[in-house]
Amino acid sequence: MSAFFSPFISKPDTVSAIMLRVLLALLPGIALYVWHFGPAILVSIALASLTALGTEALMLKLRNRPVMHFLGDNSALLTGWLLALSIPPLAPWWLVVVGTAFAIAIAKHLYGGLGNNPFNPAMIGYAVLIISFPAQMTHWLTPHGLGLAELGFLDQLKYMFLGALPPNVTLDAITMATPLDTLKTRLHLDESVKQILGMPIYGRLAGQGSEMVSLGFMLGGLYLLAARIITWHIPVAFLGTLFVTAGIFHLADPDHYVAPLFHWFSGAAMLGAFFILTDPITSPTTTRGKLIFATGAGLLTYLIRIFGSFPDGMAFATLLMNICVPLIVLYTQPAVFGKKEKRP
Amino acid sequence: MRTLYQFHGGIHPPGNKEPSTQSGIARAPLPSKLVIPFRQHAGAAAKPIVRAGDQVLKGQLIGMPDGFVSSAVHASTSGTITTIGAQPIAHPSGLPDLCATLIPDGREEWILHAAPSTLRQNSGQASLRTGFDYRNSDPAELRQHLRMSGVVGLGGAVFPSDIKLRPGNRKIDTLILNGAECEPYITCDDMLMRERAAEIAQGAEMLRFMLEAGEVLIGIEDNKPQAIAAMRQAVAESGFLFEVVAVPTIYPGGSAKQLIRVLTGLEVPSGKLPTDIGVQCFNVATAYSVYRALAHGEPLLSRIVTLTGNVRRAQNFEVLLGTPVRDLVALGEALPGTDRYIMGGPMMGLPLSSTDIPLVKASNCIIAASDKLFPPAPPALPCIRCSRCAQACPADLQPMDLFWFAQSREFDKAQQFSLFDCIECGACSYVCPSHIPLVQYFQFAKSEIRAREHDQQAADHARERHEFREYRFEREKQEKAERLAARELAAKQAQPAEPSVSPADAMQQKIQAAIAHAREHAAAGKPKNTENLTAQQQAEIAEIEARRTHIHELAKSAAEPPNDHGESHS
Amino acid sequence: MLSALLVMAGIAIVLGGVLGFSAIKFRVEGNPLVDKIDAILPQTQCGQCGYPGCRPYAEAIASGEADINRCPPGGEEGIRKLADLLGVEFKPFGGGTVLKPKSVAFIDENLCIGCTLCAQACPVDAIAGAAKQMHTIIASECTGCELCVAPCPVDCISMKPIGENIANWKWKYPVYTLAQAK
Repeated sequence: MSAFFSPFISKPDTVSAIMLRVLLALLPGIALYVWHFGPAILVSIALASLTALGTEALMLKLRNRPVMHFLGDNSALLTGWLLALSIPPLAPWWLVVVGTAFAIAIAKHLYGGLGNNPFNPAMIGYAVLIISFPAQMTHWLTPHGLGLAELGFLDQLKYMFLGALPPNVTLDAITMATPLDTLKTRLHLDESVKQILGMPIYGRLAGQGSEMVSLGFMLGGLYLLAARIITWHIPVAFLGTLFVTAGIFHLADPDHYVAPLFHWFSGAAMLGAFFILTDPITSPTTTRGKLIFATGAGLLTYLIRIFGSFPDGMAFATLLMNICVPLIVLYTQPAVFGKKEKRP
Repeated sequence: MRTLYQFHGGIHPPGNKEPSTQSGIARAPLPSKLVIPFRQHAGAAAKPIVRAGDQVLKGQLIGMPDGFVSSAVHASTSGTITTIGAQPIAHPSGLPDLCATLIPDGREEWILHAAPSTLRQNSGQASLRTGFDYRNSDPAELRQHLRMSGVVGLGGAVFPSDIKLRPGNRKIDTLILNGAECEPYITCDDMLMRERAAEIAQGAEMLRFMLEAGEVLIGIEDNKPQAIAAMRQAVAESGFLFEVVAVPTIYPGGSAKQLIRVLTGLEVPSGKLPTDIGVQCFNVATAYSVYRALAHGEPLLSRIVTLTGNVRRAQNFEVLLGTPVRDLVALGEALPGTDRYIMGGPMMGLPLSSTDIPLVKASNCIIAASDKLFPPAPPALPCIRCSRCAQACPADLQPMDLFWFAQSREFDKAQQFSLFDCIECGACSYVCPSHIPLVQYFQFAKSEIRAREHDQQAADHARERHEFREYRFEREKQEKAERLAARELAAKQAQPAEPSVSPADAMQQKIQAAIAHAREHAAAGKPKNTENLTAQQQAEIAEIEARRTHIHELAKSAAEPPNDHGESHS
Repeated sequence: MLSALLVMAGIAIVLGGVLGFSAIKFRVEGNPLVDKIDAILPQTQCGQCGYPGCRPYAEAIASGEADINRCPPGGEEGIRKLADLLGVEFKPFGGGTVLKPKSVAFIDENLCIGCTLCAQACPVDAIAGAAKQMHTIIASECTGCELCVAPCPVDCISMKPIGENIANWKWKYPVYTLAQAK
């Protein structure tokens, strides 16, 4: 009779299944990634997955928790994937490993493991890497057909694990700064937005190739919405704020400030809107809290992109808003049934 | 068409109501033994007024209401009371409670005369089975009759109906009859409405009359079209201006506060009663038993119980209160794999520790359960704060936060975050992807808080009594001192001529006075209250004295060491 | 430089004045700490702490002369509350203290000689009975302090533990399968 309580029925929903569906939702974006930038990203993802699972198992063992029970929840895998997707695909193997291990061991388990981490582990991993290894973090692959040279899969592997490039190929020939970064640098050189966007690395909306990847993430995000794994509040508030803020600046000075859609489809905006900010553990639980949280993240992302010195603002915006979550939740408690006034 | 409102949250679990609605209500045969608990209602247990060995008749009062919130308990059939003692009952603790065992004689012989405490004592001949002309009766008398008939809310809370019918400080605008029956599997109200709609309508009119309520709404979830049709027809035939409202099927739409919200748009304020906003709510089965009690003078002796789940024949039965679950289950034949039984529905029901447990006023459903029917939940994972529970909570609570507080025993915080507004409907547990037993945590926290409040009250009470005792001592001391002072003053005034008495003389005088006082006392002899005693009183005193000498002897012999060495064993 | 110093000094004086004023204006009479401690103590008045009652113990705690872990009837919960209130660390009971189940006194009326000694000892007047009449414990008022047990010359008072029943039963802490780490 023990452990046999009402309710005796439950929805056939598990943490593991939820995380798995989030992973599935990442697939369109990953597929487009491979299509435009080659299969290196798959190696990164595989490496991050192995590191994530290994670190998770080690930490669970050290913390004396049932290892298999937790490994199956897929949350470590998701952290690994998100981190791999946030860093340059051609990053050396140790960068992926260090970032993922830090994310799982420090950002997740030292805070108490699944459900207890205040910060998004993948974003912590990203922040650590971009602060510690800024050079390696800027070597983004040039999309197909744009670079001076292109590496085959084997050469990509060789570079990731051995750091060796084929003869006659320089790193600069195969990599570039992100479209966002390039825009910022060029704007500092007093070029106008129109001139800059005329460069071949830009496509219809944003960066050639990367805009398609963002589109893929958006598709996956819409699936998450349809599957009711996430609610509309965070993506809408985040993208809305980003759009409105960028729009205001753009209207005021179109030569200096790029159009809002560029911001939507650049960098980690789509990944962030649907996959990173919506991480339930590190985002507010209340409806109004979600709106405030995502609005803040949208604003910060834009400000860091425009006025900051980092290539993208998504990670820092997420982490800064993560800090505010307990406060936001406390002040956005909904009125309880039968209580007009709000709770403390 | 009436405007309906929504409440926040709610879930849509599979209904599983079809199996038990295939055939009508059947009367369960007389069992060979009835176990009738004295606490079948919210509040204080009824006080037994029969003894083991007594012959009782069907409908005879065997438990007298004891206290304001209490209700009567009756013999469900005629027969012999064999024992009165603690027996297992349906309670989450699994602890036994006071029950009467009744062995039926099979004659089903009704009691003929009203029990002495029932209504119309003056007539003396009023049969319990005659109805009342309720429209010409005093509502207070009717309430008393309901109390003595053991009529309580049959929706599950088993709160004594007479208390809910007491006039409050506000006029009742709306009387709601709850026929929502939102919990899966349960169909007892559904079948009752289909088959006995006319009686329910009459009962509703009685309730309306006693409450002097304005409109009467009968809320039924729209997954019960036959019950809705039956009630509509019965209301139309009765001529009463009641409205039968089909409400959307959503769990827990049958919870009183949620149903009131759906039908009227009003929210019962936290910690208040529906009557505070001019609404009162009764279950349809309660209305039916009110009708039986007032129109036929029948106390509550039976109820409709759904038998369903892993059984060959799921059906509703009219069961005598006190029937062991075993006898009901036998009627439906449990299928192989059945390893446990649940009283109530799958959302809020109670697992039964044995099938000897009797069916009581609160028992609306028995589900034969197997692992296949209700697979055990997978092991729990930590909360990932997905807030699905908050989305499902019909009380607008944040279960994940409450869980956090309950888990870490931060009860003050839990209370601050409205733990006591939780209705324990289980919707949060149902949707939790981590399979955390949220409701159990809330029940744990609530009972801890209640126990603490109880302890605090006890401590405050003890402090009061202690302080009063201190005060009493102080007062007695003071009075003594005052008396002494007064006496000394009087003595001084009596001997004003001898001002120069040496201290030693004064002491001598005091001693003399004390001796005189003692002599006087000795002369007085026995205390006055021992004079003029009756023979009986003297016999009693003699008896006490004899016992006292006996005890003294015992004490003496105990003080004297029995062994030869003379060691002290004090 | 000088102006800055003056400004700072001015602010200090004003704030000091405000503080001094509010200390007088919002002064709390008596020692509320003793009341707060006393409110936590279970009021059994049993003296197991070594003080003649709950209030004296509360005063002793407030003045710092007594430790917070001297009250067995309050249980660990009581210590926790006191630790919370006073902002000190939780301290388990000292050696030798055994927590007893909550009990009430019971007088065997066949043995009682009506000496009133127990009634005089009872700190909460929970014993009814006149001289030379048998005494009875008013169970609902009894705090279980055991002070009546010792004075009884015929040892007719015993402590009966209050068992778990339907009325005082509590839900248990849920068995969370995760709690048992492998």
